[in-house]
Amino acid sequence: MFTFLSEVLPTFLQQLINGLTLGTTYALIALGYTMVYGIIQLINFAHGEVYMIGAFVGLIMVSVYEVNFFMAMLVAMAVCVPLAMLIERIAYRPLRSSTRLAPLISALGVSIFLQTLMTLIAGPNPKGFPQVIEDTIYIVGPVQFSLVQVIILVLAGLLMVLLHYIVKYTKMGKAMRATSEDYETANLMGINVNRIISFTFAMGAALASAGGVLVGMYFNSIHPLMGVSVGLKSFCAAVLGGIGSIPGAMLGGIFLGVAEVTGVSVGLGSYRDAIAFGLLILVLLFKPTGLLGKPIQRKV
Amino acid sequence: MAYGGIKALRGISFTVNQGEVVALIGANGAGKSTTLRSLSGVVKYQEGSVSFDGKSLNKMPPYKIVELGISQVPEGRRVFTRLSVLENLEMGAYTRKDNIKDTIEEVFQWFPRLRERKGQLAGTLSGGEQQMLAIGRALMSRPKLLLMDEPSMGLAPKLVSEIFSIVTSINRTGTTILLVEQNAKMALSVSARAYVLETGEIVHSGNSSALKDNPMIRKAYLGLH
Repeated sequence: MFTFLSEVLPTFLQQLINGLTLGTTYALIALGYTMVYGIIQLINFAHGEVYMIGAFVGLIMVSVYEVNFFMAMLVAMAVCVPLAMLIERIAYRPLRSSTRLAPLISALGVSIFLQTLMTLIAGPNPKGFPQVIEDTIYIVGPVQFSLVQVIILVLAGLLMVLLHYIVKYTKMGKAMRATSEDYETANLMGINVNRIISFTFAMGAALASAGGVLVGMYFNSIHPLMGVSVGLKSFCAAVLGGIGSIPGAMLGGIFLGVAEVTGVSVGLGSYRDAIAFGLLILVLLFKPTGLLGKPIQRKV
Repeated sequence: MAYGGIKALRGISFTVNQGEVVALIGANGAGKSTTLRSLSGVVKYQEGSVSFDGKSLNKMPPYKIVELGISQVPEGRRVFTRLSVLENLEMGAYTRKDNIKDTIEEVFQWFPRLRERKGQLAGTLSGGEQQMLAIGRALMSRPKLLLMDEPSMGLAPKLVSEIFSIVTSINRTGTTILLVEQNAKMALSVSARAYVLETGEIVHSGNSSALKDNPMIRKAYLGLH
Protein backbone atom coordinates (compact mmCIF):
# COMPACT_ATOMS: atom_id res chain seq x y z
CA MET A 1 0.00 0.00 0.00
CA PHE A 2 2.79 2.37 0.94
CA THR A 3 4.69 1.75 -2.31
CA PHE A 4 1.50 2.21 -4.27
CA LEU A 5 0.97 5.71 -2.90
CA SER A 6 4.60 6.77 -3.06
CA GLU A 7 5.68 5.23 -6.35
CA VAL A 8 3.00 3.69 -8.51
CA LEU A 9 0.36 6.38 -8.28
CA PRO A 10 2.67 9.35 -9.01
CA THR A 11 4.17 7.50 -11.98
CA PHE A 12 0.72 6.72 -13.23
CA LEU A 13 -0.44 10.32 -12.90
CA GLN A 14 2.71 11.53 -14.61
CA GLN A 15 2.21 9.15 -17.53
CA LEU A 16 -1.43 10.16 -17.71
CA ILE A 17 -0.45 13.77 -18.24
CA ASN A 18 2.18 12.87 -20.83
CA GLY A 19 -0.27 10.52 -22.50
CA LEU A 20 -3.02 13.14 -22.56
CA THR A 21 -0.67 15.58 -24.24
CA LEU A 22 0.27 13.12 -26.96
CA GLY A 23 -3.31 11.85 -27.18
CA THR A 24 -4.88 15.26 -27.79
CA THR A 25 -2.55 15.78 -30.74
CA TYR A 26 -3.61 12.39 -32.14
CA ALA A 27 -7.19 13.42 -31.53
CA LEU A 28 -6.74 16.68 -33.47
CA ILE A 29 -5.54 14.73 -36.49
CA ALA A 30 -7.98 11.85 -36.06
CA LEU A 31 -10.88 14.31 -36.29
CA GLY A 32 -9.95 15.12 -39.88
CA TYR A 33 -9.96 11.44 -40.84
CA THR A 34 -13.25 10.76 -39.17
CA MET A 35 -15.10 13.80 -40.51
CA VAL A 36 -14.03 13.17 -44.08
CA TYR A 37 -14.85 9.49 -43.79
CA GLY A 38 -18.21 10.34 -42.27
CA ILE A 39 -19.16 12.44 -45.23
CA ILE A 40 -17.68 10.74 -48.31
CA GLN A 41 -16.49 7.37 -46.94
CA LEU A 42 -12.94 8.11 -48.01
CA ILE A 43 -9.85 7.38 -45.96
CA ASN A 44 -7.95 10.52 -46.75
CA PHE A 45 -4.39 9.22 -46.74
CA ALA A 46 -3.08 12.68 -47.59
CA HIS A 47 -4.29 13.99 -44.24
CA GLY A 48 -1.04 13.10 -42.45
CA GLU A 49 0.82 15.17 -45.05
CA VAL A 50 -1.40 18.18 -44.39
CA TYR A 51 -0.34 17.85 -40.76
CA MET A 52 3.32 17.63 -41.82
CA ILE A 53 3.05 20.71 -44.02
CA GLY A 54 1.37 22.54 -41.15
CA ALA A 55 4.40 21.75 -39.00
CA PHE A 56 6.78 23.04 -41.68
CA VAL A 57 4.84 26.24 -42.21
CA GLY A 58 4.94 26.72 -38.44
CA LEU A 59 8.69 26.16 -38.42
CA ILE A 60 9.26 28.70 -41.19
CA MET A 61 7.11 31.23 -39.38
CA VAL A 62 8.91 30.91 -36.05
CA SER A 63 12.45 30.56 -37.40
CA VAL A 64 12.46 32.83 -40.47
CA TYR A 65 9.81 35.39 -39.57
CA GLU A 66 10.26 35.01 -35.82
CA VAL A 67 6.60 35.39 -35.04
CA ASN A 68 5.23 33.98 -31.81
CA PHE A 69 4.01 30.43 -31.84
CA PHE A 70 0.33 31.33 -31.76
CA MET A 71 0.71 33.45 -34.90
CA ALA A 72 2.69 30.61 -36.51
CA MET A 73 -0.20 28.26 -35.84
CA LEU A 74 -2.70 30.63 -37.43
CA VAL A 75 -0.53 30.98 -40.56
CA ALA A 76 -0.13 27.18 -40.74
CA MET A 77 -3.92 26.89 -40.69
CA ALA A 78 -4.27 29.61 -43.30
CA VAL A 79 -1.95 27.65 -45.62
CA CYS A 80 -3.29 24.16 -44.96
CA VAL A 81 -7.00 24.93 -45.22
CA PRO A 82 -6.86 25.99 -48.89
CA LEU A 83 -4.35 23.22 -49.57
CA ALA A 84 -6.75 20.55 -48.31
CA MET A 85 -9.64 22.10 -50.24
CA LEU A 86 -7.48 22.07 -53.36
CA ILE A 87 -6.55 18.41 -52.81
CA GLU A 88 -10.24 17.52 -52.53
CA ARG A 89 -11.08 19.54 -55.61
CA ILE A 90 -8.46 18.07 -57.93
CA ALA A 91 -7.76 14.60 -56.53
CA TYR A 92 -11.08 13.39 -55.07
CA ARG A 93 -14.03 15.25 -56.53
CA PRO A 94 -13.50 14.11 -60.14
CA LEU A 95 -13.57 10.52 -58.83
CA ARG A 96 -16.64 10.91 -56.64
CA SER A 97 -18.92 8.80 -58.80
CA SER A 98 -16.36 6.10 -59.53
CA THR A 99 -15.60 3.07 -57.35
CA ARG A 100 -14.53 3.64 -53.77
CA LEU A 101 -11.06 2.35 -54.51
CA ALA A 102 -10.22 5.07 -57.03
CA PRO A 103 -10.18 8.08 -54.66
CA LEU A 104 -8.35 5.94 -52.09
CA ILE A 105 -5.53 5.34 -54.55
CA SER A 106 -5.63 8.98 -55.52
CA ALA A 107 -5.24 9.87 -51.82
CA LEU A 108 -2.17 7.64 -51.57
CA GLY A 109 -0.78 9.39 -54.63
CA VAL A 110 -1.28 12.83 -53.12
CA SER A 111 0.32 11.61 -49.91
CA ILE A 112 3.46 10.35 -51.66
CA PHE A 113 3.59 13.45 -53.83
CA LEU A 114 3.55 15.79 -50.83
CA GLN A 115 6.13 13.74 -48.92
CA THR A 116 8.48 13.75 -51.89
CA LEU A 117 7.90 17.41 -52.61
CA MET A 118 8.72 18.35 -49.04
CA THR A 119 11.79 16.11 -49.03
CA LEU A 120 12.99 17.92 -52.17
CA ILE A 121 12.40 21.32 -50.65
CA ALA A 122 13.52 20.76 -47.08
CA GLY A 123 15.81 17.72 -47.35
CA PRO A 124 15.20 14.38 -45.71
CA ASN A 125 16.82 15.14 -42.37
CA PRO A 126 14.85 16.18 -39.31
CA LYS A 127 14.74 19.90 -38.66
CA GLY A 128 14.97 21.25 -35.16
CA PHE A 129 12.05 23.33 -34.01
CA PRO A 130 13.33 26.40 -32.14
CA GLN A 131 12.26 26.63 -28.57
CA VAL A 132 9.50 29.19 -28.85
CA ILE A 133 7.98 28.62 -25.45
CA GLU A 134 10.09 29.00 -22.36
CA ASP A 135 10.81 25.65 -20.83
CA THR A 136 8.98 26.24 -17.60
CA ILE A 137 8.27 23.17 -15.50
CA TYR A 138 5.47 23.17 -12.98
CA ILE A 139 5.56 20.77 -10.09
CA VAL A 140 2.27 19.92 -8.47
CA GLY A 141 2.70 17.40 -5.69
CA PRO A 142 4.32 14.31 -7.13
CA VAL A 143 3.82 15.17 -10.83
CA GLN A 144 5.44 17.69 -13.09
CA PHE A 145 4.37 19.17 -16.38
CA SER A 146 5.78 21.74 -18.76
CA LEU A 147 4.27 24.93 -20.07
CA VAL A 148 4.27 23.37 -23.56
CA GLN A 149 2.09 20.54 -22.30
CA VAL A 150 -0.34 23.00 -20.74
CA ILE A 151 -0.53 24.97 -23.98
CA ILE A 152 -1.15 21.82 -26.02
CA LEU A 153 -3.87 20.59 -23.71
CA VAL A 154 -5.61 23.95 -23.50
CA LEU A 155 -5.40 24.78 -27.20
CA ALA A 156 -6.37 21.32 -28.41
CA GLY A 157 -9.23 21.36 -25.92
CA LEU A 158 -10.42 24.75 -27.14
CA LEU A 159 -10.24 23.68 -30.79
CA MET A 160 -12.32 20.60 -30.04
CA VAL A 161 -14.92 22.64 -28.16
CA LEU A 162 -15.05 25.02 -31.11
CA LEU A 163 -15.48 22.11 -33.52
CA HIS A 164 -18.25 20.68 -31.38
CA TYR A 165 -20.01 24.05 -31.41
CA ILE A 166 -19.73 24.36 -35.20
CA VAL A 167 -20.99 20.85 -35.88
CA LYS A 168 -23.81 21.02 -33.36
CA TYR A 169 -25.18 24.53 -33.69
CA THR A 170 -24.26 26.22 -36.98
CA LYS A 171 -26.22 25.82 -40.19
CA MET A 172 -23.10 24.51 -41.92
CA GLY A 173 -22.51 21.98 -39.13
CA LYS A 174 -26.09 20.72 -39.26
CA ALA A 175 -25.81 20.37 -43.02
CA MET A 176 -22.59 18.43 -42.47
CA ARG A 177 -24.36 15.97 -40.21
CA ALA A 178 -27.26 15.70 -42.64
CA THR A 179 -24.91 15.09 -45.59
CA SER A 180 -22.95 12.53 -43.63
CA GLU A 181 -26.11 10.60 -42.81
CA ASP A 182 -27.76 10.75 -46.23
CA TYR A 183 -25.80 12.37 -49.03
CA GLU A 184 -28.56 12.08 -51.60
CA THR A 185 -31.37 13.47 -49.49
CA ALA A 186 -29.13 16.34 -48.39
CA ASN A 187 -28.65 17.06 -52.08
CA LEU A 188 -32.41 16.89 -52.60
CA MET A 189 -33.00 19.41 -49.79
CA GLY A 190 -30.94 21.98 -51.65
CA ILE A 191 -27.81 21.57 -49.58
CA ASN A 192 -24.84 22.30 -51.82
CA VAL A 193 -23.01 19.11 -50.89
CA ASN A 194 -19.83 20.07 -52.73
CA ARG A 195 -19.52 23.10 -50.52
CA ILE A 196 -20.17 21.01 -47.41
CA ILE A 197 -17.45 18.55 -48.44
CA SER A 198 -14.96 21.39 -49.03
CA PHE A 199 -15.86 22.79 -45.63
CA THR A 200 -15.27 19.40 -44.00
CA PHE A 201 -11.82 19.15 -45.55
CA ALA A 202 -11.11 22.71 -44.43
CA MET A 203 -11.98 21.99 -40.82
CA GLY A 204 -9.96 18.79 -40.78
CA ALA A 205 -6.96 20.64 -42.19
CA ALA A 206 -7.26 23.47 -39.68
CA LEU A 207 -7.13 20.98 -36.80
CA ALA A 208 -4.33 18.89 -38.33
CA SER A 209 -2.10 21.87 -39.10
CA ALA A 210 -2.59 23.20 -35.58
CA GLY A 211 -1.62 19.72 -34.42
CA GLY A 212 1.50 19.84 -36.59
CA VAL A 213 2.73 23.06 -35.03
CA LEU A 214 1.94 21.80 -31.52
CA VAL A 215 3.77 18.53 -32.09
CA GLY A 216 6.77 20.33 -33.61
CA MET A 217 6.92 22.46 -30.51
CA TYR A 218 6.52 19.47 -28.18
CA PHE A 219 9.10 17.16 -29.74
CA ASN A 220 11.37 19.92 -31.11
CA SER A 221 11.84 18.06 -34.35
CA ILE A 222 10.00 17.74 -37.64
CA HIS A 223 10.73 15.98 -40.93
CA PRO A 224 8.99 15.34 -44.28
CA LEU A 225 7.89 11.82 -43.35
CA MET A 226 6.50 12.71 -39.94
CA GLY A 227 2.97 12.52 -41.32
CA VAL A 228 3.27 8.82 -42.08
CA SER A 229 3.48 7.30 -38.62
CA VAL A 230 1.44 9.96 -36.85
CA GLY A 231 -1.09 9.86 -39.67
CA LEU A 232 -1.41 6.10 -39.40
CA LYS A 233 -1.73 6.21 -35.64
CA SER A 234 -4.30 8.99 -35.77
CA PHE A 235 -6.20 6.99 -38.33
CA CYS A 236 -6.05 4.08 -35.87
CA ALA A 237 -7.41 6.42 -33.22
CA ALA A 238 -10.29 7.36 -35.50
CA VAL A 239 -11.12 3.71 -36.21
CA LEU A 240 -10.66 2.79 -32.57
CA GLY A 241 -13.17 5.44 -31.53
CA GLY A 242 -15.55 4.49 -34.33
CA ILE A 243 -14.87 5.99 -37.73
CA GLY A 244 -17.32 8.73 -38.62
CA SER A 245 -17.91 9.62 -34.97
CA ILE A 246 -16.48 12.94 -33.80
CA PRO A 247 -16.51 12.16 -30.06
CA GLY A 248 -15.09 8.76 -31.02
CA ALA A 249 -12.05 10.36 -32.65
CA MET A 250 -11.40 12.49 -29.57
CA LEU A 251 -11.72 9.51 -27.25
CA GLY A 252 -9.72 7.22 -29.54
CA GLY A 253 -6.87 9.74 -29.79
CA ILE A 254 -6.61 10.24 -26.07
CA PHE A 255 -6.94 6.51 -25.39
CA LEU A 256 -4.14 5.76 -27.83
CA GLY A 257 -1.86 8.50 -26.50
CA VAL A 258 -2.25 7.32 -22.91
CA ALA A 259 -1.77 3.67 -23.90
CA GLU A 260 1.36 4.47 -25.88
CA VAL A 261 2.99 6.52 -23.14
CA THR A 262 2.05 3.97 -20.50
CA GLY A 263 3.47 1.19 -22.65
CA VAL A 264 6.74 3.05 -23.06
CA SER A 265 7.00 3.74 -19.33
CA VAL A 266 6.63 0.07 -18.43
CA GLY A 267 9.52 -0.83 -20.71
CA LEU A 268 7.86 -1.49 -24.04
CA GLY A 269 9.59 1.47 -25.66
CA SER A 270 10.75 -0.44 -28.68
CA TYR A 271 7.18 -1.53 -29.33
CA ARG A 272 5.93 2.04 -29.28
CA ASP A 273 4.20 1.90 -32.65
CA ALA A 274 3.04 -1.67 -32.20
CA ILE A 275 1.00 -0.61 -29.18
CA ALA A 276 -1.32 1.51 -31.29
CA PHE A 277 -1.92 -1.15 -33.89
CA GLY A 278 -2.16 -3.94 -31.34
CA LEU A 279 -4.82 -2.00 -29.45
CA LEU A 280 -6.69 -1.36 -32.64
CA ILE A 281 -6.80 -5.06 -33.41
CA LEU A 282 -7.91 -5.86 -29.87
CA VAL A 283 -10.71 -3.32 -29.82
CA LEU A 284 -11.95 -4.27 -33.27
CA LEU A 285 -12.02 -7.95 -32.29
CA PHE A 286 -14.52 -7.18 -29.55
CA LYS A 287 -16.27 -4.17 -31.02
CA PRO A 288 -15.93 -4.06 -34.79
CA THR A 289 -17.50 -0.61 -35.10
CA GLY A 290 -15.07 0.98 -32.63
CA LEU A 291 -15.68 2.38 -29.15
CA LEU A 292 -18.38 4.89 -30.08
CA GLY A 293 -19.17 3.66 -33.57
CA LYS A 294 -22.72 3.29 -34.73
CA PRO A 295 -23.91 -0.04 -36.03
CA ILE A 296 -23.35 -0.23 -39.75
CA GLN A 297 -26.44 0.64 -41.72
CA ARG A 298 -26.84 -0.70 -45.17
CA LYS A 299 -28.39 1.82 -47.48
CA VAL A 300 -30.87 0.39 -49.90
CA MET B 1 -34.34 10.36 -70.22
CA ALA B 2 -31.61 7.81 -69.67
CA TYR B 3 -30.62 6.79 -66.19
CA GLY B 4 -27.35 5.10 -65.31
CA GLY B 5 -26.85 3.77 -68.80
CA ILE B 6 -30.22 2.03 -68.78
CA LYS B 7 -33.03 3.87 -70.36
CA ALA B 8 -35.50 3.84 -67.52
CA LEU B 9 -37.81 6.27 -69.19
CA ARG B 10 -38.68 6.32 -72.83
CA GLY B 11 -39.82 9.65 -74.08
CA ILE B 12 -42.42 10.40 -71.47
CA SER B 13 -44.00 13.79 -71.69
CA PHE B 14 -46.30 15.44 -69.23
CA THR B 15 -47.22 18.84 -67.90
CA VAL B 16 -48.32 20.13 -64.55
CA ASN B 17 -50.23 23.41 -64.49
CA GLN B 18 -50.02 25.90 -61.71
CA GLY B 19 -52.35 25.14 -58.79
CA GLU B 20 -53.08 21.55 -59.85
CA VAL B 21 -52.67 18.24 -58.11
CA VAL B 22 -51.41 15.81 -60.74
CA ALA B 23 -50.86 12.13 -60.02
CA LEU B 24 -48.37 9.81 -61.64
CA ILE B 25 -49.46 6.26 -61.02
CA GLY B 26 -48.07 2.91 -62.02
CA ALA B 27 -46.62 -0.30 -60.70
CA ASN B 28 -43.26 -0.81 -59.06
CA GLY B 29 -40.43 -0.16 -61.49
CA ALA B 30 -42.59 1.79 -63.91
CA GLY B 31 -40.21 4.76 -63.68
CA LYS B 32 -42.18 7.01 -61.35
CA SER B 33 -39.41 7.70 -58.85
CA THR B 34 -36.84 8.16 -61.60
CA THR B 35 -39.12 10.82 -63.08
CA LEU B 36 -39.28 12.74 -59.80
CA ARG B 37 -35.57 12.36 -59.14
CA SER B 38 -34.82 13.69 -62.60
CA LEU B 39 -37.05 16.69 -61.96
CA SER B 40 -35.13 17.46 -58.76
CA GLY B 41 -31.81 17.15 -60.58
CA VAL B 42 -30.38 14.27 -58.54
CA VAL B 43 -30.61 11.94 -61.52
CA LYS B 44 -28.91 13.21 -64.64
CA TYR B 45 -30.57 12.58 -67.97
CA GLN B 46 -28.97 12.67 -71.36
CA GLU B 47 -31.98 13.43 -73.48
CA GLY B 48 -35.18 15.29 -73.02
CA SER B 49 -35.97 18.57 -71.40
CA VAL B 50 -37.68 19.82 -68.30
CA SER B 51 -38.83 23.37 -67.90
CA PHE B 52 -40.34 25.13 -64.94
CA ASP B 53 -41.84 28.63 -65.00
CA GLY B 54 -40.34 29.04 -68.46
CA LYS B 55 -36.82 28.15 -67.26
CA SER B 56 -34.98 25.05 -68.41
CA LEU B 57 -33.94 22.74 -65.56
CA ASN B 58 -31.61 20.66 -67.69
CA LYS B 59 -28.21 20.14 -66.05
CA MET B 60 -29.18 22.42 -63.17
CA PRO B 61 -27.75 21.33 -59.79
CA PRO B 62 -30.36 20.25 -57.21
CA TYR B 63 -29.84 23.24 -54.93
CA LYS B 64 -30.67 25.67 -57.77
CA ILE B 65 -33.84 23.71 -58.49
CA VAL B 66 -34.87 24.03 -54.84
CA GLU B 67 -34.13 27.77 -55.00
CA LEU B 68 -36.41 28.05 -58.04
CA GLY B 69 -39.27 26.61 -55.99
CA ILE B 70 -39.37 22.84 -56.42
CA SER B 71 -38.99 20.62 -53.39
CA GLN B 72 -39.44 16.95 -52.83
CA VAL B 73 -40.80 14.52 -50.27
CA PRO B 74 -38.59 11.55 -51.09
CA GLU B 75 -39.69 7.96 -51.27
CA GLY B 76 -39.30 6.17 -47.94
CA ARG B 77 -39.38 9.54 -46.10
CA ARG B 78 -35.61 9.71 -45.72
CA VAL B 79 -35.68 12.01 -42.71
CA PHE B 80 -32.27 12.67 -41.14
CA THR B 81 -32.61 10.23 -38.24
CA ARG B 82 -29.67 11.58 -36.26
CA LEU B 83 -30.89 15.16 -36.46
CA SER B 84 -33.69 16.56 -34.31
CA VAL B 85 -37.12 17.29 -35.77
CA LEU B 86 -36.36 21.01 -35.71
CA GLU B 87 -32.97 20.50 -37.38
CA ASN B 88 -34.65 18.45 -40.10
CA LEU B 89 -36.99 21.36 -40.78
CA GLU B 90 -34.03 23.74 -40.88
CA MET B 91 -32.39 21.54 -43.51
CA GLY B 92 -35.52 21.82 -45.63
CA ALA B 93 -35.03 25.59 -45.57
CA TYR B 94 -31.32 25.36 -46.31
CA THR B 95 -31.45 27.49 -49.47
CA ARG B 96 -33.34 30.29 -47.74
CA LYS B 97 -31.46 33.29 -46.44
CA ASP B 98 -34.41 34.96 -44.70
CA ASN B 99 -36.01 34.22 -41.36
CA ILE B 100 -37.65 30.82 -41.29
CA LYS B 101 -39.48 31.09 -37.93
CA ASP B 102 -42.87 31.77 -39.53
CA THR B 103 -42.58 28.79 -41.84
CA ILE B 104 -41.65 26.52 -38.93
CA GLU B 105 -44.77 27.81 -37.17
CA GLU B 106 -46.87 27.03 -40.27
CA VAL B 107 -45.49 23.51 -40.43
CA PHE B 108 -46.26 23.02 -36.74
CA GLN B 109 -49.80 24.14 -37.47
CA TRP B 110 -50.12 21.54 -40.21
CA PHE B 111 -48.57 18.89 -38.00
CA PRO B 112 -49.03 19.65 -34.27
CA ARG B 113 -47.34 16.35 -33.41
CA LEU B 114 -44.07 17.71 -34.75
CA ARG B 115 -44.20 20.64 -32.34
CA GLU B 116 -44.51 18.24 -29.41
CA ARG B 117 -41.47 16.36 -30.66
CA LYS B 118 -39.36 19.17 -32.05
CA GLY B 119 -36.32 18.42 -29.87
CA GLN B 120 -36.45 14.67 -30.44
CA LEU B 121 -34.20 12.85 -32.89
CA ALA B 122 -36.15 12.13 -36.05
CA GLY B 123 -35.09 8.48 -35.85
CA THR B 124 -37.23 8.05 -32.75
CA LEU B 125 -40.45 9.09 -34.52
CA SER B 126 -43.07 6.63 -35.73
CA GLY B 127 -43.49 6.00 -39.44
CA GLY B 128 -46.46 8.33 -39.72
CA GLU B 129 -44.68 11.09 -37.83
CA GLN B 130 -41.63 10.68 -40.03
CA GLN B 131 -43.84 11.09 -43.09
CA MET B 132 -45.28 14.28 -41.60
CA LEU B 133 -41.74 15.48 -40.94
CA ALA B 134 -40.70 14.68 -44.51
CA ILE B 135 -43.66 16.70 -45.83
CA GLY B 136 -43.01 19.53 -43.36
CA ARG B 137 -39.34 19.57 -44.31
CA ALA B 138 -40.21 19.89 -48.00
CA LEU B 139 -42.60 22.76 -47.23
CA MET B 140 -39.83 24.68 -45.44
CA SER B 141 -38.39 25.96 -48.72
CA ARG B 142 -41.86 27.41 -49.51
CA PRO B 143 -42.09 25.53 -52.80
CA LYS B 144 -44.29 26.49 -55.73
CA LEU B 145 -44.23 22.86 -56.82
CA LEU B 146 -44.15 20.03 -54.32
CA LEU B 147 -43.06 16.62 -55.56
CA MET B 148 -44.31 13.77 -53.41
CA ASP B 149 -42.92 10.29 -53.86
CA GLU B 150 -45.13 7.56 -52.38
CA PRO B 151 -46.28 9.46 -49.30
CA SER B 152 -48.63 6.62 -48.35
CA MET B 153 -46.01 3.89 -48.46
CA GLY B 154 -45.90 1.71 -45.35
CA LEU B 155 -48.56 3.66 -43.46
CA ALA B 156 -51.68 2.38 -41.72
CA PRO B 157 -54.93 3.06 -43.65
CA LYS B 158 -56.07 5.70 -41.17
CA LEU B 159 -52.81 7.61 -41.59
CA VAL B 160 -53.01 7.26 -45.36
CA SER B 161 -56.28 9.15 -45.52
CA GLU B 162 -54.91 11.71 -43.07
CA ILE B 163 -51.86 12.29 -45.28
CA PHE B 164 -54.03 12.63 -48.38
CA SER B 165 -56.34 15.13 -46.76
CA ILE B 166 -53.25 17.15 -45.88
CA VAL B 167 -52.15 16.92 -49.53
CA THR B 168 -55.46 18.49 -50.50
CA SER B 169 -55.13 21.22 -47.87
CA ILE B 170 -51.58 22.07 -48.91
CA ASN B 171 -52.80 22.38 -52.48
CA ARG B 172 -55.55 24.78 -51.38
CA THR B 173 -52.90 27.17 -50.08
CA GLY B 174 -51.69 27.53 -53.66
CA THR B 175 -48.95 24.92 -53.85
CA THR B 176 -48.91 22.84 -57.01
CA ILE B 177 -48.44 19.14 -56.34
CA LEU B 178 -47.08 16.30 -58.42
CA LEU B 179 -47.89 13.08 -56.64
CA VAL B 180 -46.34 9.73 -57.40
CA GLU B 181 -48.25 6.79 -55.99
CA GLN B 182 -48.75 3.08 -56.10
CA ASN B 183 -51.96 3.59 -54.17
CA ALA B 184 -53.86 4.49 -57.32
CA LYS B 185 -57.23 4.74 -55.62
CA MET B 186 -56.12 7.44 -53.22
CA ALA B 187 -54.03 9.21 -55.81
CA LEU B 188 -56.94 9.42 -58.27
CA SER B 189 -59.27 10.68 -55.58
CA VAL B 190 -57.11 13.65 -54.57
CA SER B 191 -55.78 14.63 -58.01
CA ALA B 192 -57.42 16.53 -60.83
CA ARG B 193 -55.48 14.83 -63.58
CA ALA B 194 -53.31 11.74 -63.75
CA TYR B 195 -50.80 9.97 -65.94
CA VAL B 196 -50.38 6.20 -65.89
CA LEU B 197 -46.82 5.02 -66.32
CA GLU B 198 -45.89 1.51 -67.45
CA THR B 199 -42.26 0.39 -67.91
CA GLY B 200 -41.06 3.89 -68.65
CA GLU B 201 -43.92 4.97 -70.88
CA ILE B 202 -47.13 6.89 -70.36
CA VAL B 203 -49.98 4.59 -71.34
CA HIS B 204 -52.98 6.58 -70.16
CA SER B 205 -53.65 10.14 -69.16
CA GLY B 206 -56.62 12.32 -68.45
CA ASN B 207 -58.95 13.56 -65.75
CA SER B 208 -58.66 11.52 -62.62
CA SER B 209 -62.38 11.00 -62.34
CA ALA B 210 -62.50 9.66 -65.89
CA LEU B 211 -59.52 7.40 -65.30
CA LYS B 212 -61.20 6.03 -62.20
CA ASP B 213 -64.03 4.79 -64.38
CA ASN B 214 -61.81 3.47 -67.15
CA PRO B 215 -62.31 -0.32 -67.11
CA MET B 216 -58.66 -1.12 -67.87
CA ILE B 217 -57.43 1.06 -65.04
CA ARG B 218 -60.04 -0.33 -62.70
CA LYS B 219 -58.77 -3.77 -63.47
CA ALA B 220 -55.02 -3.15 -63.43
CA TYR B 221 -54.64 -0.53 -60.72
CA LEU B 222 -57.72 -0.42 -58.59
CA GLY B 223 -58.28 -4.15 -58.25
CA LEU B 224 -61.89 -3.83 -59.37
CA HIS B 225 -63.71 -5.60 -62.15
